[in-house]
Amino acid sequence: MTTESMVLTAEPQDRTWLERAHGWVTTVDHKRLGIMYIVMALVFLVVGGLEATIIRLQLMKAHANVVPPEIFNELFTMHGTTMIFFVAMPIMFGSANYLAPLMIGARDMAFPRLNAFTFWLTAFGGALLYYSLLGGYGLYGDAFAPNVGWFAYAPLTAKTFSRGHSNDYWTLALLVSGFGSVGTAINVIATILSERCRGMTLGRMPLAVWLFLVMCVLVLFTLTPLTAAQAMLMIDRYLGGHFFDAQAGGSAVLWMHFFWVFGHPEVYVLALPAYGFLSEIIQVFSRKAIFGYPAMVAASIVIAFISMSVWAHHMFSVGMTSYGNTFFVITTMAISVPTGIKIFNWLATIWGGKVDFKVPMLWAIAFLFQFLVAGLTGVMLACAPLDWHLTNSYFTVAHFHYVIVGALFMAVFGAFYYWYPKVVGRLMDEKLGRWHFWLFVIGFHLTFDFMHIPGFLGMPRRIYTYEPGRGWDIWNVIVGIGVLFQGVGTLILVFNLIRSARKGKVAGNDPWDAWTLEWATSSPPPEYNFATLPVVRSRRPLWDLKHPEDPDWKYE
Amino acid sequence: MTTVQLSEAETPWVLPSAGRVGMFSLIAAEVSIFVIFIVAYLFYLGKSVTGPTPAILHPPIFLSICLLSSSGTMELAVRGLKRRGARGFIGWWMLTIALGATFLAGTGLEWRHLIQDEGLTISTNLFGTTFYSLVGLHGFHVLVGLVLMLITAGFAARGLLVRESAPKVEVLGLYWHFVDVVWVMVFTVVYLVGR
Amino acid sequence: MSPSPTTIFSPESSVARMIFDLSLLVYVVCGAIFLVVSGLLVYALVKYRKRKGDETREPAQIFGSKQIELAWTIIPIIIVLVLFLSSVRVIAATQDAKMPPGTIEVNVVGHQYWWEYRYPDLGVVTANELHIPTSNPARPTPTLLHLYSADANHSYWVPRLAGKTDLIPNHPNRMWVDPEKPGLYLGQCAQYCGVQHAKMLLRVYVESPDDFRRWVEEQKQSARQVDTVSRGRDLFERTTCMNCHAIAGTAATGRFGPDLTHLMSRETLAAGIVPNNRDNLRAWIKNPNALKPGSLMPAITFDDADLDAVTDYLMTLR
Repeated sequence: MTTESMVLTAEPQDRTWLERAHGWVTTVDHKRLGIMYIVMALVFLVVGGLEATIIRLQLMKAHANVVPPEIFNELFTMHGTTMIFFVAMPIMFGSANYLAPLMIGARDMAFPRLNAFTFWLTAFGGALLYYSLLGGYGLYGDAFAPNVGWFAYAPLTAKTFSRGHSNDYWTLALLVSGFGSVGTAINVIATILSERCRGMTLGRMPLAVWLFLVMCVLVLFTLTPLTAAQAMLMIDRYLGGHFFDAQAGGSAVLWMHFFWVFGHPEVYVLALPAYGFLSEIIQVFSRKAIFGYPAMVAASIVIAFISMSVWAHHMFSVGMTSYGNTFFVITTMAISVPTGIKIFNWLATIWGGKVDFKVPMLWAIAFLFQFLVAGLTGVMLACAPLDWHLTNSYFTVAHFHYVIVGALFMAVFGAFYYWYPKVVGRLMDEKLGRWHFWLFVIGFHLTFDFMHIPGFLGMPRRIYTYEPGRGWDIWNVIVGIGVLFQGVGTLILVFNLIRSARKGKVAGNDPWDAWTLEWATSSPPPEYNFATLPVVRSRRPLWDLKHPEDPDWKYE
Repeated sequence: MTTVQLSEAETPWVLPSAGRVGMFSLIAAEVSIFVIFIVAYLFYLGKSVTGPTPAILHPPIFLSICLLSSSGTMELAVRGLKRRGARGFIGWWMLTIALGATFLAGTGLEWRHLIQDEGLTISTNLFGTTFYSLVGLHGFHVLVGLVLMLITAGFAARGLLVRESAPKVEVLGLYWHFVDVVWVMVFTVVYLVGR
Repeated sequence: MSPSPTTIFSPESSVARMIFDLSLLVYVVCGAIFLVVSGLLVYALVKYRKRKGDETREPAQIFGSKQIELAWTIIPIIIVLVLFLSSVRVIAATQDAKMPPGTIEVNVVGHQYWWEYRYPDLGVVTANELHIPTSNPARPTPTLLHLYSADANHSYWVPRLAGKTDLIPNHPNRMWVDPEKPGLYLGQCAQYCGVQHAKMLLRVYVESPDDFRRWVEEQKQSARQVDTVSRGRDLFERTTCMNCHAIAGTAATGRFGPDLTHLMSRETLAAGIVPNNRDNLRAWIKNPNALKPGSLMPAITFDDADLDAVTDYLMTLR
């Protein structure tokens, strides 16, 4: 295997580019599929980021005219839908795909062909969503891209209010990629339960693997309500059904319930793998085993359970009874307990350790502070009376971006820098990584710290412009400036990803001196992952190998 | 690459079969979908503004017996496969398919009566929408199961089914049992509770 | 910099005040948690950072501690209980409050993209600018808003008076406010309802009881009849205008658009977005989409003379 060129599998160097492309398109190798998920996600990240940039430009000034309202409404709909379904989900599924088999000492996923099929379903869904820009206008001339917001509340989606097909692209793209997501989840669960190497009991799996497992079980129960609701929507629109038809006695609130039964656990689907990344990175860069492994596993499972009972905290202003509101206040607040436990366990892992501030750890540290803040603004929103002000305002927008960008994305960036050497065989450039980190973090705080303020001052979300004299103007300017920093930081990341593939320092098997099984094979791993399947005796098999005088299995 | 020396006892390392785990996961996901349709059905009971009500429904007892006993015949088919190979399998298997097909045909007849004689379609009112959606979703799953069973019968006809195929056929059996359990739920909600 | 007219930190009714008081507790608790946890984090990162020359040592591997883990489970549970109970009190006091006999009832219907107001007991119908009386705590006269929607979902948010409550078709809601200080309170629609969601502004005029009574009396009158604008009135009643608009005392009884009986008693047009004067009114009638692209009012193709006549007629509707 040569080291001068980007080698992702051991293949002969004399293949034509067409043969290599064919190899990728027809692959069933979990590593290649994992990479394709992530590359696809990065492409959509840039698109979604451009959409956000235009949105913030339009909102820099009251009564600005950067885009007309019709386009603005399509922009925020596409931004949310793209980021959740075609950036965040594929990154999580792609990571699970790449890492889970390696971390459990297996050769591939349980169902490799299903793996390929579900990837292509997701990719097709993304393509279908963006085809709306060409095909959405159709014969009705209503709109191009979907424009009903990423949660597509009824009755805006009824034929009366959405005459054309643009919103059907939303429904169909997500139906298709939803099947892909459920299929991948089934595959990951079967892999983790049925393909572990000898000796790896459930209690000896790396935390990242636990979190992939819990995430995928949650996907089974949470993505399908959206599928059901979208089927009902299509029945309403094309078969004359009345599920959400107010005039026939149908209920717009029912759509909200169904959507948020999906929508809330969905954010935990995104969060759980991020917690997994954090645990792996913090251990290695604090040089300590995770503090409280059983509690971390239990907390993750409890979070997944409780997350299925909190959904109507998105609906506090909808007019539920005081009893309904009260129930969702307590469940929402309850979820902060296991979440807090996780933060404390990470803190305790660092405590007494030896912290090495390499780039992956910088991202993990940023996550810890920002996730703490995001959780606390979540507690504020959990208090229903306060939520009656803050829901549907820019405070809410700031809160969920704090979670998804400030916590989840930062964990993902950390994971990129941490596992890139394993995937590619070369380390990413540390200096560029630090530039990316500082630019992005500064930009993040400029944008999302100050975004809370217009919420406090009465600015609702999803408005294409606003009145001067409400005190919102200056804050929107600062928010916009932060976008610039984040954009430059992201470009540096993309540059680093591409450049390091050729110019990065050769990584070797285990550049970080880590302890889980993926570091026991070459970088990149051969197609078959391990020459001989490993046998393990503890949670950190490589620690046992490196410290034969003090192995973990003595203490577990 | 070295392996950790095994000083634990050489106990056998047994993990659940991937096929079964996968099928149970699929069933879990499908149950979620049905739950949402059932919730919609129950929520909209009595809320139709006009049009026919569930009072016009007659519980399909015979069809239900057909469907539920097809689970039994399927079990017999799998057992026959395990004991005597394809010859102990194909008779019970075709009976299962026949029972399932009878169920679907009967549903079709019921729907024809509802549409032509009672004037109930999916667009008539909330009852029509929720009824046809829920029962139709279940019927669709029956149809998929029948297709898969026919494919299996095709394998058997070409002599490809042996004793060792039993685990895979059992996984398909899990799906069919799930379809039957869902029918019990749908039947209860639509023809007992709702009427 | 003058304070924002829509800030949640300047409550002016019982509901808003209760939310404000609760929020102070929440901010203090969350702030304290932030300081403690982030302080510990900073401390740990500084104290346990890798120092030069300390390359190969592996620190003591601690796998857990039952006591510590129990402590940091129990304390958050207690904090959660405190916040929960505080919230429940406010929920009950707002949602389940019994309205006193002096309550003013208003039916609010949300439309794309304007607000319809009907006072059933007082016989008043108006649009876009809500007038309500102050409420004296000694003899409370709060206003109870019944919230309905004619089309999509909307939300009623006037931050200084109350939190937001949604207007959902086929799902009536209610909210109440009892401001003590007269003034103009601003807000806007807070649930995405279509193309012009951003331009569905709220203007709530809180008036002394006497001023409110005077306003009601004026609003109850039928439309003024002024002979000089009869040509405009004829045009109004003979073209499509009367299909959507109502003017009390005339043949126009349309309900799709705002009631225009006392149009000129309002300070703004098109749900608060432009001042109500002759130029804006004329421009609006000529082409609503120029002021509010996506507005559901069609552009009536009047020639200039007819347009002036209709505008003059509407200008008499005080």
